[in-house]
Amino acid sequence: MALAVIVLFPSIIAVAVFIYGFIGWTFYISTVDWKSVVPDYTFVGLKNWTRLFGDRRFHADMWNLLRYAIGFMGQCMIIGFLLASLLDSKIKGEALFRTVFIFPFAVSGVVTGVAWRWLMQPTTGINLIFANIGLGWFQPTWFANIQHGIWAVSIAAAWQFTGYVMALYLAGLRGIPNELKEAAAIDGAGTFATYRYVIIPLLLPVTFTVIVLTGMNSIRVFDLVATIGGSGAGFAIDTLAFNMFQTTFSAYRWSLGATIGAVMMILAVFLVVPYLMSMQRESEQ
Amino acid sequence: MSLQRLWTRGAIYLVLIAFAAFYLMPIYVMVITSLKPFEDVSVTRMWELPRGVYFEGLLQAWNAVAPNFRSSVIVTVPAALISSFIGSMNGYIFAKWKFKGADTLFILFLVGMFLPYQGILIPLVLTLRELGLYGTVPGLILVHCIFGIPITALLFRGYYAGIPNELLDAAKIDGCGFFGIYRYILLPISMPAFAVVLLWQFTSIWNDYLIGLVVLSNPSVAPVNVAVQNIAGSWSVEWNVQMAAALIAAAPTIIVYLALGKLFMRGLLAGSLKG
Repeated sequence: MALAVIVLFPSIIAVAVFIYGFIGWTFYISTVDWKSVVPDYTFVGLKNWTRLFGDRRFHADMWNLLRYAIGFMGQCMIIGFLLASLLDSKIKGEALFRTVFIFPFAVSGVVTGVAWRWLMQPTTGINLIFANIGLGWFQPTWFANIQHGIWAVSIAAAWQFTGYVMALYLAGLRGIPNELKEAAAIDGAGTFATYRYVIIPLLLPVTFTVIVLTGMNSIRVFDLVATIGGSGAGFAIDTLAFNMFQTTFSAYRWSLGATIGAVMMILAVFLVVPYLMSMQRESEQ
Repeated sequence: MSLQRLWTRGAIYLVLIAFAAFYLMPIYVMVITSLKPFEDVSVTRMWELPRGVYFEGLLQAWNAVAPNFRSSVIVTVPAALISSFIGSMNGYIFAKWKFKGADTLFILFLVGMFLPYQGILIPLVLTLRELGLYGTVPGLILVHCIFGIPITALLFRGYYAGIPNELLDAAKIDGCGFFGIYRYILLPISMPAFAVVLLWQFTSIWNDYLIGLVVLSNPSVAPVNVAVQNIAGSWSVEWNVQMAAALIAAAPTIIVYLALGKLFMRGLLAGSLKG
């Protein structure tokens, strides 16, 4: 037993320092006055926090986070669930479809960004297809759109992540005993009613997992924004993660950057804590 | 088969094929663009097939990212191996040597899996500078190993939990200790778990952008995804070369995924669900 603790010890120290220690450190830096290449540890209390909360870019980021999360989580959940249920209905070539749907998850955010950046150019890519099928009047400006650019980012992100969500739902569906579905059918439930009253309620734990994973993803989206070309006009596609990076490593406003990081951490806690509590309850059973 | 059923089946396949086309679209464009000769690269003819197979674009992209590709290999391979080994030890302890508070400790480990890196980046940079590891390959390997602790422990713990305790008890009676059980009982049957974890770590470390950008940003040694982003960000590089560079960066993980898709799936499911 003692040996087990000794072997585990380096990992415990690493997690304690590099995760918990660093979180505390970030919060500490958010209370000092470090705003240039030279560290300045003068305590300024909540000055960075009030500054951030009054910052126009931060407002844009929060507003973008909300819309991105709705777009991204909605697409992942609806399309992921749809594809999983379709694949679960005894499909020929199921393995092939599954492989195709999940493969974007093996692709990096940067590669996704490069590909979608060109697919969503106003003059080429998808718009070219629209034009060729007689939708010449429908030529969205995608990322470049000052009002709605962030929705375009969520499409590229969902392209990458939906397959993962589908895999989770598919595993969930496979875990539902056939007798339950048959029983519902015998009781006269149609396909819709079976989903509404049997399958969807049984998949609630999966949906919970999906919400946590996609929610986390929404908070930390960075690679895509960086690759697509930055925060956009009027911070149309800016995110907290991208703002934090630029504020810290380009503008050298370390304390303000730390404050953004701390805000992201607080947002994440709202998702992580309920999730881990449910995991613990599960492992106790 | 009734007519209505035929319609339903047809519609299902139609939807599946439409989505398959959607998911393949970006990779399709990347591949055909990479294979076009320069004079055929035009944004107005993005969807046209290349007239033949030309490697100029890929070659130029390769010349630009080759050092970074190499850098990604020397970071990813050791980091994946080391973190998998650490994970198997930790998973073994969390599954089979439950000291007091082990479960709580495990949950505290898992928190690290979910947190946005932006909340720890600044202290990370300061610490690595202090240790003289900032901007170095070993520094980046170390960081990936540490941030891999939670997920690898989770995956191995799940695998070892499924191994009956009687097997371990029998080994104990035969005189095996902590390391003996690991070495002679668990390690020989751990290969499936190692495969899943190695694959998972390989993919996520290779695909990482943020940590590589912060820790190893020097353009000549930065990981390949950082290099691809640098190329994509410069308007002086032709867009077919950008696409080709992206394709090169994506190739290792795509190939591994296609070859080992089943293991990948297992990692996906285990990594997200219960401990």
